Amino acid sequence: MTPFNVPPIHLSGIAPEITLMIAAFAVLFIGVFTNDRFNHVVQPLVATIGFGIAIYWAVVSWGIARTAELQLSNMVALDRFAIFAKVVLAAFGVLTVWTARDHLSTHHLRDFEFYALVLFCVSGMMLMAASADLIVMFIALETFSIALYVMVGYRRDELAGQESAMKYFLLGAFSSAFFLLGIALVYGATGSTNLYGTPGHPGILSFLTGSSALDVGLLLLGMAFLIVGLGFKIAAVPFHMWTPDAYQGAPSPVTGFMASATKLAAFAAILRLFDVAMYSLRWDWRPYLIGLAIASMVIGSVVALVQEDVKRILAYSSIAHAGFVLTGVIAANDAGVSSSLFYLATYGLTILGAFAVVAAIGGRGERRVRLADYRGLYHESPLLAGAMTLFLLSLAGVPITAGFVGKLVVFIAAIQAGYWWLVVVALAMSAVAAFFYIRIIVVMYMSERLEPLPEGGGPAPVVLGAAGRAVVGVTALATIFFGLIWGPLIGLAGHATLFAG
Amino acid sequence: MESFSHAPLYAQLAPIVIGLPLLGATILLVAGRRVGRASGALASTLLSIAFVLGVVSFFGVTGHGSQIHLWSWVPLLGFHTGVDLNVDPLAIVMVLVVTGVGALIHWYSLGYMAGDPGYPRFFAYMNLFAASMLLLVLADNVLLLYVGWEGVGLCSYLLIGFWFERPSAAHAAKKAFFVNRIGDFAFLAGIFVLAASLGTLSIPRIDASVSGGMTSGLATVAALLLFAGATAKSAQIPLYVWLLDAMEGPTPVSALIHAATMVTAGVYLIARVHPVFEFGAASLDVVMWIGILTALLAAILGAFEYDIKRVLAYSTVSQIGYMIAADGLSSYSTGIFHLAMHAFFKALLFLGAGAVMHALADELDMRRMGGLRRVMPVTAGTFLIAALAISGIFPLSGFWSKDAILAAAWAQGQYAIWAIGLAAAFLTAFYMFRLYFRVFEGPSHVQEDLHPHEAPRIMTVPLVILGFLSVVGGALNVPGNDALERFLDPVLGAPAAPGAVTDAILSAVAVAVAVIGIGTAWGLYMAPAADARRAALEHRFAVLVHVARRKFYVDELYGYAFVLPGKRLAMWFDSLVDARIFDGAVNGIAAMLSGSGEQIRRLQTGFVRSYAAVFLFGVMVIFTVLILRVAVT
Repeated sequence: MTPFNVPPIHLSGIAPEITLMIAAFAVLFIGVFTNDRFNHVVQPLVATIGFGIAIYWAVVSWGIARTAELQLSNMVALDRFAIFAKVVLAAFGVLTVWTARDHLSTHHLRDFEFYALVLFCVSGMMLMAASADLIVMFIALETFSIALYVMVGYRRDELAGQESAMKYFLLGAFSSAFFLLGIALVYGATGSTNLYGTPGHPGILSFLTGSSALDVGLLLLGMAFLIVGLGFKIAAVPFHMWTPDAYQGAPSPVTGFMASATKLAAFAAILRLFDVAMYSLRWDWRPYLIGLAIASMVIGSVVALVQEDVKRILAYSSIAHAGFVLTGVIAANDAGVSSSLFYLATYGLTILGAFAVVAAIGGRGERRVRLADYRGLYHESPLLAGAMTLFLLSLAGVPITAGFVGKLVVFIAAIQAGYWWLVVVALAMSAVAAFFYIRIIVVMYMSERLEPLPEGGGPAPVVLGAAGRAVVGVTALATIFFGLIWGPLIGLAGHATLFAG
Repeated sequence: MESFSHAPLYAQLAPIVIGLPLLGATILLVAGRRVGRASGALASTLLSIAFVLGVVSFFGVTGHGSQIHLWSWVPLLGFHTGVDLNVDPLAIVMVLVVTGVGALIHWYSLGYMAGDPGYPRFFAYMNLFAASMLLLVLADNVLLLYVGWEGVGLCSYLLIGFWFERPSAAHAAKKAFFVNRIGDFAFLAGIFVLAASLGTLSIPRIDASVSGGMTSGLATVAALLLFAGATAKSAQIPLYVWLLDAMEGPTPVSALIHAATMVTAGVYLIARVHPVFEFGAASLDVVMWIGILTALLAAILGAFEYDIKRVLAYSTVSQIGYMIAADGLSSYSTGIFHLAMHAFFKALLFLGAGAVMHALADELDMRRMGGLRRVMPVTAGTFLIAALAISGIFPLSGFWSKDAILAAAWAQGQYAIWAIGLAAAFLTAFYMFRLYFRVFEGPSHVQEDLHPHEAPRIMTVPLVILGFLSVVGGALNVPGNDALERFLDPVLGAPAAPGAVTDAILSAVAVAVAVIGIGTAWGLYMAPAADARRAALEHRFAVLVHVARRKFYVDELYGYAFVLPGKRLAMWFDSLVDARIFDGAVNGIAAMLSGSGEQIRRLQTGFVRSYAAVFLFGVMVIFTVLILRVAVT
């Protein structure tokens, strides 16, 4: 009898994703068999442990990944880029879980599926960062997108949330269609969906560098559609229209999660796709990305000026930030990749903290989200106002915050690649953006607090549980820490090189 | 450059030495109110532990010491600047001065500041001051040094203006800050020159590569720019004016600024980057002359001042002038030696003055004092020791260190420097004993309702310790056993010294001059008929006295030459350029942007179909561009 040969299966590349899937099922099972009060304690703990183990898997493979490799029939890449992204994503996941816990209890929502959704979502995002094949990338994209649609509409009793989830879903489906079409066109042009190629079949990378018989038009069209699909996920103008509505309608912890984790996952795919696989086509994709970058920076910054709702302001700000990160992508050099990663990691921490504050101030039903509701916050809760100030200064890019360093390194990478004029635009738009961040700060410190009306219509008191306080504290510390001591993190991001085939 | 884990123990202690006062400052700034009365003890204990660690480091460090890399800080554009510390003999000597004298001043403040409502804030700033200074002396690259440099400037501003509700204190703080800004600007420019031409920010690498990496002329420019920064921090001509007003801070602050931190920064800086000054040799002459002239000028002004703290402030300016002159004479270790000795007796003088103020309800005018020795024996005794030390009386600490500077001038043939230094030494002895006699001896002119008393134990013990150090400190570096000099040699090189016989004669001359100075003070203030003699002298040199009392009109000169035109310019900018051009442009752009924001916002209708339309519009644009590009190629 011939022995049955088990082909070698290396799971080290997707161990974090598998861990999160298991943790998600564990959370669901616990939810089914136990009562609500127990769930409220145990489910976030289990989710956190899941994220912890995922981080552990990622960290132990950091050493192995010194020589980046492909796994699972070259479907996923095990490189330090993916590992860096996964660790950061897991950290975002943990912060989201604990912010959401407070939020769910304020809204008398049952914990139940929420943490499982976060786990599924992060698992998909991790796969997105590691995917070495367009099909895998698409599956990952859909995995986290579908979970996100549900999370956006998690407050089922509220129409606004339902509406924004619906909009996000419809437009998301729209963009997925473009993404899928792009994959098909690229496949038609190159004969492969794999970025690096499988044994015996050249991938997109080798096809582009080796072959001269390019079916240029077909390939470029596919490339353009991929830009559209991913541009939607990073909320770049003009594929951004869903952003203000979805950010406003979603529960604030989910908004923070979208702004941090979704952006990181989508940008990870963009960096791998354009800065590596299609690097030789950079003169063809750069014009489109430059267009998106400028449009995002300008529209995001300018429209935010006239918003009165803090969540919408932060939504437009996130559009502008997508433009800033695109500047690093466009640089398409090592510094561009590492600085984009640094930017996304620090921006994510800051925006998670900011939305944790927004969630706390918003109160039940998130009614306190207008700029006027922030009047005199300093007098009501000086520490919360201080933390929010720090986040806003970081978003504006003021020195000794992480946001300043992020902008600095991204812009230097772009200048090194010769795009100094793009940096000039970015600087001008940072100046415009500073206005609306500082406007919030001014309102918090320099206005008198609105008195609660006798009939109870005034502002509700700010409630922030222990978990929320911890999240705000940690993100605030991280914002200032990475602003002062950023060398080590940028060093790690610098090691996070992409598998280059 | 070694990583932290591979560095020797004495180097590993360095970051902790900086970290302890920094920790204290952080705790007190965040939770000072909760710490309350304990904040003084906390801050003082932390700095004392730092001193102990510094002593441990002192016994470990040899030769060129050790450079340790803590973490990468600004890894940009080829400058891989890290948070790196240079733990070498020079740095350790400075660490010992800053932490040792600094800790004594901290403990003293426990008594002096007791009852002040800003008690925790005071100690937070004091600890931050010490931490900044420690960072300054331990920094391995100029960028990190600059952080300490600015930190020191910031803390001096905060502490001089500690009682900011007094307009004079707020004004003095502003003055200190502005004058230091001028210096900082020059200093920064100097750093840029060095970084641009040598391609490195590391101080050891700058020192090693300056002679090969830039022209001598450029090195002179860099050195002079750095020196301009030093004149501000170390209160030298022409930027010494801030130090006099800095008396508005609590007295322990003056002690800290004058003795342990801040003003010594310039002396240290020149010694630290001395290869730049040596290579741009013309700069050394400037340094030497500025130093010695400052020593003389400040000594003259000090002799006419009645405010005891201002006398001491002039004396600091004058003594720092000696140190700067020593740097200019390439006798860097001599300068550092005098710096350390000066730290002892100057801290003692200020703390003694603080004890007097404490006893006399903040009286500062020496004409309303006198005879205090009888009620404050410890303060008077230690003050006398310090006065003898600063006058350079054998064998106290100041004798050895000042003598070494004058000897170095003689040995290099700079007889003019030597003579001016001697003249300043005469004046030093004179104004110091003028102060001593008027405050502690003779009949009492204290206001009737005041009942002077000796300071509490917590204040007198530091005085006694400093008094002891002022007596024996010189033993560190006596001729024949020049321990400090040999310790610093690997970093600073050996200073010039005359032969033993010449040295002995020079010393005898210096002591004789000092004794004459003391005698003159006695003759004019203590001897029978002193008042009449003084009045006759003042009458004969009335114009000179008047001009000197008005501080040679330097403040007025600066006021008319710089401050007033500066204010006019600022007002012009404010009314025309700022209000019309910039504000107009900013408001115009803002209005335009909000206007366009409003327009774009209308697209955000809330209908999914219009969102999809915008989306599709984007796709169409991309599509069009693509077709055009393909068609063109």
